[in-house]
Amino acid sequence: MTLLQLEGVTGYYGHLQALQELNLSVNRGEILAVLGANGAGKSTLLSLISGELHPREGRVFYQDKDITQLAPHLRVREGIALVPEGRHLFGTLSVEDNLRSGASTRRRGTWSLDAVYELFPFVAARRKHRAAVLSGGEQQAVAIGRALMSNPSLLLLDEVSLGLAPVIIRDLYAALGRITAEGTTLLVVEQNITEALSVANYAICLLEGRVVLEGKPESLSQREISQAYFGHDLGPSSKAAS
Amino acid sequence: MIWVNAVIQGLLLGGLYAIFACGLSLMFGVMRLVNLAHGDMGVLAAYFSIILIEHLGGNPLWTFAAVIPVAALVGYFLQRLLFDRALDGGELSPLLVTFGLSIIIENLLQQTFGANDQSLNIGALSYQSWKVTTDVYVGRLNVIIFVIAVIVIIGLQLFLSKTRTGLALRATADNRRAASLSGINPKRTRSIATAIALATVAIGGLFLAMRTSFAPTSGSSDLLFAFEAVIIGGLGSLWGTLIGGFALGVAQTIGSQINPADGILIGDLVFLAVLAFRPQGLLSLRSVIAR
Ligand SMILES: Nc1ncnc2c1ncn2[C@@H]1O[C@H](COP(=O)(O)OP(=O)(O)OP(=O)(O)O)[C@@H](O)[C@H]1O
Ligand SMILES: [Mg+2]
Repeated sequence: MTLLQLEGVTGYYGHLQALQELNLSVNRGEILAVLGANGAGKSTLLSLISGELHPREGRVFYQDKDITQLAPHLRVREGIALVPEGRHLFGTLSVEDNLRSGASTRRRGTWSLDAVYELFPFVAARRKHRAAVLSGGEQQAVAIGRALMSNPSLLLLDEVSLGLAPVIIRDLYAALGRITAEGTTLLVVEQNITEALSVANYAICLLEGRVVLEGKPESLSQREISQAYFGHDLGPSSKAAS
Repeated sequence: MIWVNAVIQGLLLGGLYAIFACGLSLMFGVMRLVNLAHGDMGVLAAYFSIILIEHLGGNPLWTFAAVIPVAALVGYFLQRLLFDRALDGGELSPLLVTFGLSIIIENLLQQTFGANDQSLNIGALSYQSWKVTTDVYVGRLNVIIFVIAVIVIIGLQLFLSKTRTGLALRATADNRRAASLSGINPKRTRSIATAIALATVAIGGLFLAMRTSFAPTSGSSDLLFAFEAVIIGGLGSLWGTLIGGFALGVAQTIGSQINPADGILIGDLVFLAVLAFRPQGLLSLRSVIAR
């Protein structure tokens, strides 16, 4: 059953077209991975879904309703939550206040302060601290927790692993498993291909604003992916081209 | 003893400046908008009180009950209809819009009430005083103003730190983008901030009008004092604003003690000194609006 559907959506910043006409549908309960290099248009795609950017063309449907013009805070109320790239915590607020602000919409569901603290026990230990003084991994966990507090049906995650140590990335991805177990649909934007593909049911790869590859993770070869990622053929061991 | 007296009178005056300034600080914190018409809105509230007394009579004290809610309502809609649009128009528009509003208010008041000084006559309260020591007397009205100012600022701080709406205001002040991504309605938050700002500046305007005389153009100097209090205390911090108000009040009364004509000048110098040597303000180690 389709939860989110984009129909011929384009994304512009002024004259710059960051996303070419794109069609996408996300099924309920699925984990969709969106891969791509720097500047491929991944965050732009998320902004179109979170409502921070309105498409010049095309339409966005969520639970069969046209939400193309809906403002971001109203989409949160409908159950779409974004964990933005760079986390964007309220640095001057305490960890607990950060989490509580995620509950502004008062949507009901399984997530509460206690549930988030149980998911991330190391965050519970820091509840009284200002968010700005936390480590990168702790901040990312708070950002995810804040989004969960709105009890989303669709959780959008933008580069959760960015700048974090492998151990921490593993912990956070383990938490994602528990989040989907609660019935939340995930859209995971990543440059960390391995992590993303390890959890995803389906993946799309963006290059210069268009989908150049898609399929189930097990059906995508390493070679296909790196080609789609960089736009030309590279060995799987080659590092970033940007 | 005259210096002790000057400090006490300065603190009492500072409470008034703080209540005048806290709305300016709040609006700046929540939406980075500097309301250049802030002082004029306080003066407008005082004229509103005068009209009410003219038509309905009684002691001006009762008009608080009418002026405060009206000011809050005006603030709410002013934000919706004017400031929100100005904020969408880039960096300069809010300044231009509030500056224009300031001129409009001053001219309308001149047209309607003439340029003469007015005051709100609260009867005996305006000259009664309490004796502290043999040479220190404090005006009852000044003490009342001081106490209410402190209560309003503590109340506002409690509102910010304890309520859901307060949390939304603090979150918005910290990071607008993250606030709307957390489901906080930015328009509602801004309107509430402006409603509070106008309600508090109305209280300040009425008290000021009871303490001294005022004229249609008084708003500009009131705005200047409010600015000074905010900057001295530290931008975006309510406790800072209270401390800033006290510092400004004390500087002015001590200045007047040295030379009666120099009070305001000494206040300005303290303000400039803070700007030069501690531009983040006395109390801005952390943004107090945030905790
Ligand atoms: N606010 C903006 N204003 C102007 N151009 C933008 C803006 N945001 C993104 N762009 C441009 O749009 C294109 C796509 O950017 P986007 O942020 O969607 O890429 P991304 O795939 O998320 O990259 P990254 O992995 O670096 O986050 C880039 O060329 C970028 O420079
Ligand atoms: Mg991005």
